[in-house]
Amino acid sequence: MSINIFDARPEYNTWLGKINPGIKLLVATVVTLLLVFTVDAVTGTVALVLEMIALVIAGFKPFNLLARFWPILLATLLSGWGTAILAEKTGTVLLDFAYITITTGSLASGVGIMMRGLAMTMPALMLMLTTDPTDLGDSLAQTYKLPARFVLAALAALRLVGIMFSEWNTLGAARRARGVGARNGVLGTAKSVCGQVFTLLVQAIRRGTRLAMTMEARGFGAGQRTWARVPTHSSKDLVFALTWLAIPVIAYSISLYAGTLKLVFGSF
Amino acid sequence: MGGARVEAKDFGWHHPGRHSPAVSGLSLVIEPGQKVLLLGPSGAGKSTFLHALAGVIHDDDGETALGELLVDGVPAEDSHGTVGMMQQDPESSVILAKVGDDVAFGPENLQVPRDEIWPRVRASLDAVGLGELLLEHSTSALSGGQKQRLGLAGILAMQPRVLLLDEPTANLDPEGVLEVRDAVIAAQRAIGATMIVIEHRVSVWAQFMDRVIVLSPGGGISHDGSPDQVLVDARDELIAAGVWVPDYSPQASTAHRASDSGAGAGAELLRGRALAVTREQPTRKMMRARKKLARSPEPVSLPLPLRPVTDSIDVSVNAGEHLSIMGVNGAGKSTLALTLAGLQLAANGILYATDELRDSAHWDVASWSPEELVSRIGLVFQEPEHQFLTANVRAELEFGPRQVAKARKQAVDEKDLAQRTEALMRRLRLDHVADANPFTLSGGEKRRLSVATALATAPRILILDEPTFGQDANTWAELVNLLHELMTQGTAVVSVTHDLDFVEALGGRTLYLGTHS
Repeated sequence: MSINIFDARPEYNTWLGKINPGIKLLVATVVTLLLVFTVDAVTGTVALVLEMIALVIAGFKPFNLLARFWPILLATLLSGWGTAILAEKTGTVLLDFAYITITTGSLASGVGIMMRGLAMTMPALMLMLTTDPTDLGDSLAQTYKLPARFVLAALAALRLVGIMFSEWNTLGAARRARGVGARNGVLGTAKSVCGQVFTLLVQAIRRGTRLAMTMEARGFGAGQRTWARVPTHSSKDLVFALTWLAIPVIAYSISLYAGTLKLVFGSF
Repeated sequence: MGGARVEAKDFGWHHPGRHSPAVSGLSLVIEPGQKVLLLGPSGAGKSTFLHALAGVIHDDDGETALGELLVDGVPAEDSHGTVGMMQQDPESSVILAKVGDDVAFGPENLQVPRDEIWPRVRASLDAVGLGELLLEHSTSALSGGQKQRLGLAGILAMQPRVLLLDEPTANLDPEGVLEVRDAVIAAQRAIGATMIVIEHRVSVWAQFMDRVIVLSPGGGISHDGSPDQVLVDARDELIAAGVWVPDYSPQASTAHRASDSGAGAGAELLRGRALAVTREQPTRKMMRARKKLARSPEPVSLPLPLRPVTDSIDVSVNAGEHLSIMGVNGAGKSTLALTLAGLQLAANGILYATDELRDSAHWDVASWSPEELVSRIGLVFQEPEHQFLTANVRAELEFGPRQVAKARKQAVDEKDLAQRTEALMRRLRLDHVADANPFTLSGGEKRRLSVATALATAPRILILDEPTFGQDANTWAELVNLLHELMTQGTAVVSVTHDLDFVEALGGRTLYLGTHS
């Protein structure tokens, strides 16, 4: 088994995959930041529904997406549940069991937090799934002028991460062949995992050092450099940006019109 | 273009905190376009010299570099772009994820204008025989030989005037060795660059070289001249240093070779019938189903829905006999070794331990616990460091026996264990490093230690994955002698290897694996 972050994914060839990564990053960040301020159920739900529609139109199955990134789903469900228990108890009581009391008001707060959480993570998932890291690197270094040294070193390191995954499996087998894994209790297991991590790190540092030498021998780090590829822009980028930026705007408008809008610093 | 003149004037390199310099008193002139093979015992500072020439190691305190090192009259440190360097590990020849980007990396750093970069990238890929690849091709999908050739293309795209190659073929199989060597020779001829190669396997390169320089361990040069002359004059010195000189194959002592024909008569220990091996890991569900079936007192076949690398393998491992597993890259040799060693489930077929081997254990090798395994089958991995578990050599050798004793709930007989460990260390010449950290040993010592750790629990079968990869001639000969000795004592030896000399030296049977279609 090997996990390679750079393996071409089918998502790269979708409509969203062809959007300029720099634009995608910017828009995803703005959408996420705009949604931070809302706490009511309507804004979050509307934003989430609109995002899902946008993803469906772009050829994705948003529910599959959430299932694939289930830890995020789980985290938002838990934060919603936590809010429902702890939020101000208004409205009628729905559940009263031991220390747990949930009312219509607190439930609404919980749902709001959960929906907002999901709506905030969707743009990030979309970005991660449809963007080739190398292309994103191009945009970061050339469009946003991040230091080339940092961006290229990160890309090279990211490639080594994939190698480390397969090396971890090899290491596991190599250590089992030595008799590691015999019943040693929790402490023994912890010790053994630490040892495996240590060996992996030793290998990673050596490989990193050698790779740094190769990069330097190819003139890396000397300062100014040219770029063989330029990030490309198209009219699709504009369509994409307008569509996704419209999502929080519409969500806020609907909520405001319905009189449900509630922000972190007070309601309207 | 053409080559650059390389000149060292009393050059040396003294790593801070070390007693003696890695290189010292080195004076030489290499004329433009000359092809030089650089030899010498390990520790003579060959790699350090190359690294300094490539400008990738730095004199941070002003006291590390001694003398002068010039490329066309310019200090080597300041000649980035003039000098290209390739290292031993194919993985460190590749920087980026896509073939095109990787080759373009150097020209970009040298601020070559964009319109000029892509023609250079294509020409370089053509020059190393990778012109067929798409520029978007994933670099991780390449073989070791292809990765080295890609690295060479990346260097050529910078239009260098000096090529430095630090054991460029040591980590490759025989096919990859020739593929990379031929690409290097052709590229050098095309651009006329000055070239310096470090390589233990002299016969691969010697015929293409103009000059051979031998560094002496005490500093300076011990021999310098044409390949024909130096390889005759310095022959004994090079053999002693573990260099693979042409027409010399390190010999196992004749006493062991005589036992060749007599070997193979031992009892069968392990048997595989119609075996299909796979690299895929079984799911939990498959494992449960398998555990149930494996309770059967007689060996049974347990097909699993996993994609096989190769199938229909019939194999038997016999006491005192050598079995070599050969075949092209990707044929599943290492996977078969893992399967035979009980570390990987077979996708189909039967693999069982005979009564002779199993003792109190089950017939199903894959269901053995680690301690049942290590006392019966030892597996030595290609990379010794992968198997090091403790902080010193002695503890490393005691680890296996202690695990076994613990699992059997027996007390460890400390005196007996210490004695056996001492004996093992003496036998494998590791007694002088008993308290050293395994990671700090030399290449040959690491190889010997990894074999010794497997022997510590006295397994009946010893399986080795590419044991001679990248080893010098001395370690090679030691290994052959040791394995002969083990076989005489009744241990079965299985080796996965590309090394024909090794197979010939150990004798026994050979199993060829073809690719699964």
